[in-house]
Amino acid sequence: MTKEAVITFKNFGFKYFSQKEKTLHDIDLTVYRGEKILIAGPSGCGKSTLGNCINGLIPFAYKGEITGSLTVDGIETKTASLFKLSEKVGTVLQDSDGQFIGLSVGEDIAFALENDMIPQPEMKERVRKIAQIVDMESSITQNPHDLSGGQKQRVSLAGVMVEDADILLFDEPLANLDPKTGKTAIELIDDIARDDRTVIIIEHRLEDVLHRPVDRIILLEEGRIVMDAPPDEVLASGILTRYGVREPLYLTAARYAGAQITADMKPASLTAFRTDEIRDDLQRWYDANYKRPTEETGKDMLEIRDLSFSYDGVRPTLQNINIMIHEGEMLSIVGKNGAGKTTLASILCGFLKPDKGEIRMYGEDLSPLSVSERAEYIGIVMQNPNQMISKTMIFEEVSLGLRIRNVPEEEIEKRVHDVLKICGLYEFRNWPISALSFGQKKRVTIASILVLNPKILILDEPTAGQDYRHYSEIMEFLRKLNENGQTIILITHDMHLMLEYTERALVLCDSKLIADEKAFEVLCDSKLVNAANLKETSLFDLAQRAGISDPTGFVECFIHYDREVREHEA
Amino acid sequence: MKLRLFSYDQLNTFVHRLSGLSKLVCFLLLTSAVMLTYDIRVILGILLLSYVMILIAKIRFSQIRLMLIYVAAFLIFNFFLTYAFAPEYGCEIYGTKHVLYTFGGPYTVTLEQLFYQITKLLKYLSVIPLGIIFVLTTNPSEFASSLNSIGVSYRICTALALTLRYFPDVADDYNTISLAQQARGLEMSSKAKMMDRLKRTSGILVPLIMTTMDRIDIISNAMDLRSFGKYKKRTWYAARPLKKEDWLAMGVSLCALLISLYVRFFINHSLFYNPFV
Repeated sequence: MTKEAVITFKNFGFKYFSQKEKTLHDIDLTVYRGEKILIAGPSGCGKSTLGNCINGLIPFAYKGEITGSLTVDGIETKTASLFKLSEKVGTVLQDSDGQFIGLSVGEDIAFALENDMIPQPEMKERVRKIAQIVDMESSITQNPHDLSGGQKQRVSLAGVMVEDADILLFDEPLANLDPKTGKTAIELIDDIARDDRTVIIIEHRLEDVLHRPVDRIILLEEGRIVMDAPPDEVLASGILTRYGVREPLYLTAARYAGAQITADMKPASLTAFRTDEIRDDLQRWYDANYKRPTEETGKDMLEIRDLSFSYDGVRPTLQNINIMIHEGEMLSIVGKNGAGKTTLASILCGFLKPDKGEIRMYGEDLSPLSVSERAEYIGIVMQNPNQMISKTMIFEEVSLGLRIRNVPEEEIEKRVHDVLKICGLYEFRNWPISALSFGQKKRVTIASILVLNPKILILDEPTAGQDYRHYSEIMEFLRKLNENGQTIILITHDMHLMLEYTERALVLCDSKLIADEKAFEVLCDSKLVNAANLKETSLFDLAQRAGISDPTGFVECFIHYDREVREHEA
Repeated sequence: MKLRLFSYDQLNTFVHRLSGLSKLVCFLLLTSAVMLTYDIRVILGILLLSYVMILIAKIRFSQIRLMLIYVAAFLIFNFFLTYAFAPEYGCEIYGTKHVLYTFGGPYTVTLEQLFYQITKLLKYLSVIPLGIIFVLTTNPSEFASSLNSIGVSYRICTALALTLRYFPDVADDYNTISLAQQARGLEMSSKAKMMDRLKRTSGILVPLIMTTMDRIDIISNAMDLRSFGKYKKRTWYAARPLKKEDWLAMGVSLCALLISLYVRFFINHSLFYNPFV
């Protein structure tokens, strides 16, 4: 069977009119019909731009200069139209929440058909069929916003599939999904790819995408393709980390153990990976490096006692929560969406009043304090920096909280400068905030809270949507803060984050605190993993497959070893 | 918690089953009928009709409580202002003067003034439920399709439906941002002075505009990619063809308007109904 090319880039380049430099250079890439391709690379490498070239947003919505040629199913894109291309390419954008147009599932799926002037009876029939394929038929009259994360993804997918496009493009489908939902999303995409559709996935969470096989990985860096090969070869080459993409954890472990990884060992999937060949390496490494860590906890600091809360007075959102947080801890709160994580943070910050229970810091009851008074005890950094930034200059933004408190001007300057130094923003202090990257903006919001000297810092999904490089940058920064004595609480569903950076994890499930344990223990316990919509870490699977006697100990060993490696690098 | 200001409930009542278009037409016809008359008998008739409709549409008091408080405040205010500015207007209209009470000075309470003001109050009271019914029982998408079917450009219709649909999201954003600012020390609780609180509300607007722009960017891309604006026309998933009930409702409303006009031109021969002569 000869392979038919559906997407062909020839010496392709693109420059946005708003930018000086080209975003894409010398792209030569051919995608064949029925292939499943993963495009990976760090933020800003041009992978989203590449996707937008394929679906036609470039040059029709984002203007710029195209060099070379790109044909999609025989059409030269620069002379086609967005509508013509959208018949060929269906795009699922990241953040399904933001792209729902209809007020019911059925209406949202039908949107493209409406624009195509399909008569209503035929439209309803087609919508019903597609809804059936993605298993959403019973929810067709529901409001998409009332669905769970995974169901939302199904609806956005259906809305794209309804057009019968042969090429499906997924732009970061895993962003904002918890690990378990992400896993089902990848399975769903795989099922659809079976019907001879061409599937292109743009994503930097490699390990999660590789849960199901892909044909090729295209690695991008600074607008150029640096590798285009089958996944086994890409993973064996070990170059991913250099380009800001994280390799699967089980491979990192194998490399630490000194194993030589070749493409023949099938490293792209843990189930196919020839673990028998590296068993001895792993065992030797584990025996040499495992040591019981010494336990030490700081003084008791924040006590949450018998806390209960309900939004409507009927269904409880939190029930009888008891937590003791110690000085100098860095811990994570995990649990699926709606389990009460954000509600708990809102109560700690005083945004909500608990129905029952006490919150005491060093024995002092916090309940009489207003939201702004409480900011000096507990500070919160929201997930989206745009929701926090209200000034145009960095110095102004960070000093805002102090100005309001009528702190003398000299002291403001000193404190802001100190905090900017800690956050690595001192050189930028007179810059406009709009000139900063996402990670830098995030640090500005952290700085603007830190400057108030809160005893506890809460961060809501600090690394959501960040690639490995920015993730490491933000997390290493938080770790340093923590080492200097700052107590930090992280709300997250990123397993890497909780595993690598927090000792202790609190698991919330259906309004109850179901576990308060070591983070690696949570990720090795399948019952907890399921309850919190997490995924067992691949390290645990690796250890089991390699026959290590104590898989949990192996995970623990890896975490400590990995931490030392990072500290060494930093 | 979602703030649901324009949330319509998906119930299966006679009023909900009417198409958005016929509800709009009925609303306009009945409102005109009320506007074009000061005859208390006609107004009472329509008032009765609109309250029956509220009952049929199963609108609960809790849904409209806040709205009603504002309306009541407005009506009471309006009632006293009307009197304060023109205490003798009723006598002018009806040409007689039955004094009920004298405050002293020029301020007397006359039966005519009272009758005039009560008529006016009832006019408001009969129109407001009609508006409430329209907002609470109409699916924005279906309404957009109705508007489109009477010739309004579908781009405008979709924009309108999207605005209604995004309102709760923006309200949520406002809440989050406000809390984030308070957490940094912008005192918004009653511990701060009123003026300060007003000034600080503006500190919420910048981030709100930024996040709203983000939203618009995402949604417009999503719409482009799904062929919005491909042809001069589009079809509607939520469109409902006019049924017997729709024609019935519009017919009844039209009759109400005709009766109102008939009473005005052929019975009263004036805008006002005069029981005093």
